[in-house]
Amino acid sequence: MTMSAAEKAKAPPTDVPRDGPDLTGAALQAKLAKTWGNPPGIIGWLSSVDHKDIGRRYIVTALAFLALGGVLALIMRLQLSKPDNDLVGAARYNEIFTMHGTTMMFLFAVPVMQGMQVYLTPLMVGTRQTAFPRLNAFSYWMYLAGGSLLWVAFALNIAPDIGWFAYPPLSGPQFGVGKRTDIWAQMVTFTEVAALAAAVSLTATIIKQRAPGMTFARMPLFVWSTLVVSLMVIFSMPSVALASGLLLSDRLVGTHFYNPMEHGDPVLWQHLFWFFGHPEVYIIFLPATGFVSEIVATFSRRSIVLYPIVVLALVGTGILAFGLWVHHMFATGLPRVGYSFYTAASIAVSVPTGMQIFCWIATMWEGRPRLAVPMLYVIGFIITFVIGGLTGVMIAAVPLDLQLHDTYFIVAHFHYVLIGGAVFPLLGAITYWYPKFTGRMMSEGLGKVAFWMIFLGFQLAFFPMHIAGINGMPRRVYTYPAGMGLELPNMLSSIGSAVVALAVLMFVINMLKSLRVGAKSAPNPWDGSTLEWAAASPPDRYNFPHLPIVSSLSPLWDAGEKMPVVHGLRVEDRELLLTTAMTAEPDVREASAEPSLWPFIATLATTVMFVSSIFSPWAVLVGAIPATIALIGWFWPKSPVPDPEPTIS
Amino acid sequence: MTARIWILALFPVMLAGCNGFQNAMGGDGAESANFVSLFKLFMVVCTVMYFIIVAAMAVAIWRRRKSALTVDDRRHHETSHLVTPVLFGWTGLIVVGLTALTVASFLTDRSNAASAMKPALHLTVTANQWWWDVRYEQPDVSTTVRTANELHLPVDTPVHVTLKSTDVIHSFWIPNLAGKQDLIPGRMTDVQLLPRKTGLYRGQCAEFCGIQHTQMALDVTVESKTDFERWYSSQLATAKPPATPLQLAGLRYFTTRECSACHNIGGTPAGGQVAPDLTHFASRRSIAAGAMPMNKGNLYGWIADPQSLKPGSHMPTVGLEPSELHALVAYLETLK
Repeated sequence: MTMSAAEKAKAPPTDVPRDGPDLTGAALQAKLAKTWGNPPGIIGWLSSVDHKDIGRRYIVTALAFLALGGVLALIMRLQLSKPDNDLVGAARYNEIFTMHGTTMMFLFAVPVMQGMQVYLTPLMVGTRQTAFPRLNAFSYWMYLAGGSLLWVAFALNIAPDIGWFAYPPLSGPQFGVGKRTDIWAQMVTFTEVAALAAAVSLTATIIKQRAPGMTFARMPLFVWSTLVVSLMVIFSMPSVALASGLLLSDRLVGTHFYNPMEHGDPVLWQHLFWFFGHPEVYIIFLPATGFVSEIVATFSRRSIVLYPIVVLALVGTGILAFGLWVHHMFATGLPRVGYSFYTAASIAVSVPTGMQIFCWIATMWEGRPRLAVPMLYVIGFIITFVIGGLTGVMIAAVPLDLQLHDTYFIVAHFHYVLIGGAVFPLLGAITYWYPKFTGRMMSEGLGKVAFWMIFLGFQLAFFPMHIAGINGMPRRVYTYPAGMGLELPNMLSSIGSAVVALAVLMFVINMLKSLRVGAKSAPNPWDGSTLEWAAASPPDRYNFPHLPIVSSLSPLWDAGEKMPVVHGLRVEDRELLLTTAMTAEPDVREASAEPSLWPFIATLATTVMFVSSIFSPWAVLVGAIPATIALIGWFWPKSPVPDPEPTIS
Repeated sequence: MTARIWILALFPVMLAGCNGFQNAMGGDGAESANFVSLFKLFMVVCTVMYFIIVAAMAVAIWRRRKSALTVDDRRHHETSHLVTPVLFGWTGLIVVGLTALTVASFLTDRSNAASAMKPALHLTVTANQWWWDVRYEQPDVSTTVRTANELHLPVDTPVHVTLKSTDVIHSFWIPNLAGKQDLIPGRMTDVQLLPRKTGLYRGQCAEFCGIQHTQMALDVTVESKTDFERWYSSQLATAKPPATPLQLAGLRYFTTRECSACHNIGGTPAGGQVAPDLTHFASRRSIAAGAMPMNKGNLYGWIADPQSLKPGSHMPTVGLEPSELHALVAYLETLK
């Protein structure tokens, strides 16, 4: 029988080695390790596109920024520990709180969550690599460059001093003289590019690379939260990009977008900034709910109760998050009828969150909870976060917010939400996935001591801030007079912050120590149900020798050792299996990018362009040339792309 | 949990400063009193919800269970029949509670907006980096009063305050009387005050406005209507002429050197408009927008070296000779 040329091209070539019944075990793994490995040496390190490398670098860098931001917090607490203190001067204090807020929001909270997502998502959906691996690598390098820009500026004494929110006209050319504000705005540009790149990569990974059989209804809740958050990043970041772009243009080119003297409007900034800034809070919080869902399921030894409700709550929160931004602006004198809508919308967010909390508690109720360290953090999270949520309901009401807005009550509220709601689950998640990341367990004893110190120290540090706010302490003040009832709450806060700092140090010591002496971990030390626990600990470069096939929400509990796998992927080229978006049926094979130095070089070129554009707008034009060259190198085709082959399974 | 109880026990202790002069729970104005009642309502509802959640979780963790729907029994996908009805009940409870709070919030907001519908007094407060310019508006310009960093208000009298800013965004906040309102360059905002109790209060800028955001306070005196009238007519008078040679030397320095470029003293040639009006400076409670109490020592310090007492302030350190400093202080002290 003769075949036409077109048919010949469609038929699977038989000359390349594929995994399958006749290629398995050690022989297969050796080939895969070679295919998916990095080149040796420093070049290999810089050119890695492995999502595990990138995720790990993201997490470690973000934790380093957490430490830096934490030191700033301690300095502020020392300054505020007694009235009329003169340890830190006014100008330096303004820099410090700006650096603290900016570092924690842009360089710690969002990136650390994206780092966890980049590491875990491909493992949890059962694939070998994220979509667009080079974009993913570019994302990390851009984030590192942006963070370095900010902290090098701080070391050079040109740190921004306009608050993490940078309201014009204070941040405009007339009042924010010098380069401090430009550095802030350009740092935002870096992190926004980084966040968008990672979000695009994660979204595509989740929609197109789930293991065969993993329909949306069988997707782990952490992956659901990643999908929702990545879409939120894609829809919210352009708003802050526009805001900071207009600000830079006002400062550098002499436009008047925010200049009231030339019919610009400083309130425009607030709308654009908070249209990003409020979803940002959920971009930090929703991944944490994903951690909580995974931890609760594993340590209650059952699937999350009412899974569809949790998914709908995640999606609902993600949508509502875009309708709340004006509650940051209740004191700006916008029409009161409009405020009513934002009050109602802000209060309504409690409904999906309340339902999620119900599902977690119901899961513990139905299951048999075991109080290991990750579970302790979940309990600490619920006890703490709910307080922050309820004070959030209070400040959603206009008459209450007009008093509490911009006071220490708000400082207390958002630390309850962000530390209680995101950092506690994060520390639980690090403890939970640490054996997967490193192949070793963290110390349980040290972990418990650190948990209790963080939990109790946190309450001591932040609960009194509610009182300080009610007693009339505004935010962002470098000191306060005696006799206003602020001495005791501030002293308690300062003591509490020292306890938290000590405990975080203990957590880090536990992480470092366990890297060397922690008990060796099997692939699935907690008996978890999701796919990442099917991979080795730490995972091999290729994640899975054979890609798994999924037929339930908790594949490791239901199929266990007998989990069916995919056969027929190339082993001498990087090849991924793409599945259909809704039903996750095998669709096509797709080549995955090799390691490359170009993302790093592109970052260098972009960094030169961004940083020099602080000094002249022409740098955007001139700097675009090396950036373009880097992108051409990045996308240079190596060989004709082979036709997609039909899948064999 | 013990630490939490301890912290809760500390709550009343820490709120002991509650009837302070800069306190949101003061309730000394109509809007502030509304805040206090609404806050208490929210506190009650939220505390009840909080304890329901924490109690449910505590029971879920520590209940003695005969059987559990876990993977060990291969029942990890099952759910008790009660869970869905309880979820409906819980969600219903949240929705009812939140709806009640939202309605209460709307009603309070309406009441606040209505509390000063027919103001008897019109003020314009203009914020500057880092001081407050206060003007009592009258149809007859000759009875308009201008002062700085202080408000005198007659008790039980609705006041309408127009808010402006000349530079960056500030926020006008006298917690004992009412909630805050931003002052935004290029816009006009307003706030209604209806003080209910006489007393001395303090307001403070609540929106970060630059290096001296911290030292931007406002002394507020709520007094009886007669006391207010007396104060107001004293403010209408121009500054007293100097009585001693030293005071005269002070006036001369003030009007011929740096000071008068920025400051105004009514009845003298000093007519600067970009800094606080000093016509009745010595009658105020504090210096430099609440940075320090008004007394002779602080006055010396402030005039001699403002940049170390309020770094970044727009008042320059001039470099006065001791004789000039003595003369200036002697004169300024007469500006009651």
